Amino acid sequence: MACQGLAKGETTNTLKAESESLKAKLEEERAKLHDVELHQVAEKIDALGQFVMKTRRTLKGHGNKVLCMDWCRDKRRIVSSSQDGKVIVWDAYTTNKEHAVTMPCTWVMACAYAPSGCAVACGGLDNKCSVYPLSLDKNENLAAKKKSVAMHTNYLSSCSFTNSDMQILTSSGDGTCALWDVESGQLLQSFHGHSADVLSLDLAPSETGNTFVSGGCDKKANVWDMRSGQNVQSFETHESDINNVKYYPSGDAFATGSDDATCRLYDLRADREVAIYSKDSIIFGASSVDFSLSGRLLFAGYNDYTINVWDVLKGTRVAILFGHENRVSTVRVSPDGTAFCSGSWDNTLRIWA
Amino acid sequence: MTINTLSQDGVQRQQMPCLTKMERMIISMQDPDMGIKLRNQRLLITVIPHAMTGLDIVEWLIKKCSISDEEALHVGQLFVKYGYIYPLKEPRNLILKADDSSYRFQTPYYWMSTRWPASELDYAIYLAKKNIRKQGELIEYEKECYNALHKRINHTWDFVVMQAREQLRASKQRRKGDRIVLECQEQAYWLVNRPPVSPEHYKLTTLTKNTIAMLTPWCSLKYIGVSNLNGSYVKYCEQYQPHDPIMQGCLPSNPWITDDIMFWNMNSETYMFIVALPTKLRVERWSFSFMELLNDQMGRKEFLTYLEKEFSAENLCFWQACEDVRHGETAKIPEKVDEVYKQFLAPGASRWVNIDSKTMEKTLEGLKRPHRFVLDDAQMHIYFLMKKDSYPRYLKSELYKNLLARAIVPQETKKSVFPFMRRQRHSSPSPALATQTAEDDGKAKYSNSNSGTASRL
Repeated sequence: MACQGLAKGETTNTLKAESESLKAKLEEERAKLHDVELHQVAEKIDALGQFVMKTRRTLKGHGNKVLCMDWCRDKRRIVSSSQDGKVIVWDAYTTNKEHAVTMPCTWVMACAYAPSGCAVACGGLDNKCSVYPLSLDKNENLAAKKKSVAMHTNYLSSCSFTNSDMQILTSSGDGTCALWDVESGQLLQSFHGHSADVLSLDLAPSETGNTFVSGGCDKKANVWDMRSGQNVQSFETHESDINNVKYYPSGDAFATGSDDATCRLYDLRADREVAIYSKDSIIFGASSVDFSLSGRLLFAGYNDYTINVWDVLKGTRVAILFGHENRVSTVRVSPDGTAFCSGSWDNTLRIWA
Repeated sequence: MTINTLSQDGVQRQQMPCLTKMERMIISMQDPDMGIKLRNQRLLITVIPHAMTGLDIVEWLIKKCSISDEEALHVGQLFVKYGYIYPLKEPRNLILKADDSSYRFQTPYYWMSTRWPASELDYAIYLAKKNIRKQGELIEYEKECYNALHKRINHTWDFVVMQAREQLRASKQRRKGDRIVLECQEQAYWLVNRPPVSPEHYKLTTLTKNTIAMLTPWCSLKYIGVSNLNGSYVKYCEQYQPHDPIMQGCLPSNPWITDDIMFWNMNSETYMFIVALPTKLRVERWSFSFMELLNDQMGRKEFLTYLEKEFSAENLCFWQACEDVRHGETAKIPEKVDEVYKQFLAPGASRWVNIDSKTMEKTLEGLKRPHRFVLDDAQMHIYFLMKKDSYPRYLKSELYKNLLARAIVPQETKKSVFPFMRRQRHSSPSPALATQTAEDDGKAKYSNSNSGTASRL
């Protein structure tokens, strides 16, 4: 971050006033247009019929709370991480465990599968993100070839490979996000702008592939330019911590799940919130969200052990899925959209289809 | 590697190699024979030993490093900035003047590399001492810091004041010359480690300025409003609905539900299964957007075949090479960029790509100092060229239409006669194996992942 000082005639108060007046001006402009909301536009389309989704696989093997999971691009393998420090790679289709790594720390809050399928990245309370190449030699200890890539000054909350195995994007409890080169462990870019822990990030599925969104405990969701490190857009309408952020498949919007028990959809072109998914009966926070392949459905895992399925366009809840016996910590749709996986504090993972 | 650059540790860790180099030079500056001649300097009425003038420093650097005046002054400045040398007369001004102003070497105890933990407590004691000495005459930012610290570590404030008084009393016992030197050393240390703007202040200023920079462009745009944009969500959802297995099912069947993996086999990305003909849905999807075409390995291959017929295949190859630079290993960037230049950009190159002169000029200029994004402008130009020109024509071409006509619509898997008998779930080769074999053949490591930007397939 290029630290800026005050120019002549500026004080922190004048700057604050200028910032506030700009925000007010934008709000004024928005109010002038009598915008038709998303759910109103969606009134014309057919409602979704009876929704039946069942648990098709239950993956048992973790000794403690499952905190995170990620799909492999082969559409059937997954990696999951847990509070007990274990990171397991499964073939979710057969429910076989293929690899297991024991991390030197507990609370492994982040894990990610490399695009090639040859490695996994994970981290948590050790403040680091480490990459483990997956070896098929049963006798080889995966921990031996571990590569320490990222180093934060607080816990690692989320990590993701960019388009290749060579770069990793991380977010941390120290309030920053960072981009790293895997081979050298070099910091390529850092992103400052959150004023509290950053809990989640997601890469944009855009043509130029240069932006990502992050959400944190400061209730803000920020959009960043990966090249310059600049914060290009910011959204602050949630009433509590944002636990998870996910892009809408077209890349024009993103959804958030928050401790305020709502999920929201933000449009990047209009620079505002366009939908809010909430219900009086949903009191507990949403920990994780993901879209179905077409973007019509939003799956959200909650701290009250349930998964709610929302109609993204109409704003209504389509189904509520029971099954987990404790908080749902992570929800991810498979790369080809055939199923989604949920991980929970009840030590299991479930595949739903 | 910690990224908190405002912290003590952050600064040191980033600069450790240069600190070692600096210290080596400082030590040779102090060499009794070959170093700078030190003498006593008069500061008001006191005589300070072991001091030197700014001019001495610059001249020594010129001689030792065989550099110009300007460069010597610049290097000397760095020593002062990082606290290895400090000025006696105007200590607040951490700059080097090539005249007869007096300077001294900082004691190694206070060197940056020594990592003496400059804690809040130490800083508080220092400010308290100053406060007592100058009887409440701290300068603006010091006052701010002092008050902030007083609030933050209020519980140990008695200790702070007591320590300050004790240290002041001890220093009064010393000779005036020594006392002044010690005061200067300490002051210099704190000037370097707690520069004249408080970190909170800096942070707030930077964040607010960034917010203003972010909001300003939106104010000048004619505000779009969401009515137009909401339609795009409906359109997108409707277009992709047939491709969404959870919404509409998939043919022959969803593997998770029926335990039949035909769906995966038929849509295989990799060439481990020789996919004779793609499904109709898959080929249709290539027409949704240029990105969809490029994200599918098979689609990309088909498009390349088409471009070869049009003699413009170098465009796609160039684009792929640029992706490889952007997402590849940092260490390999210079050599990769060089390869790209030789193959695609150099005059008379075998696969020369047609970029407008302005972009070409800018790119060639940037190639002098190759970095990850140096080819971005050129890559974007070619990408949009293909998107606006070749891609639409491909969709209208015989090659595409033929494939679409021949593409298959799978039969729905018949439900098992005995529904309680579960089909056997076959395992599949791990992707780690696939690439290990490829590695053995000396091929590229992540050929599977070269499917463009992150997508949901």
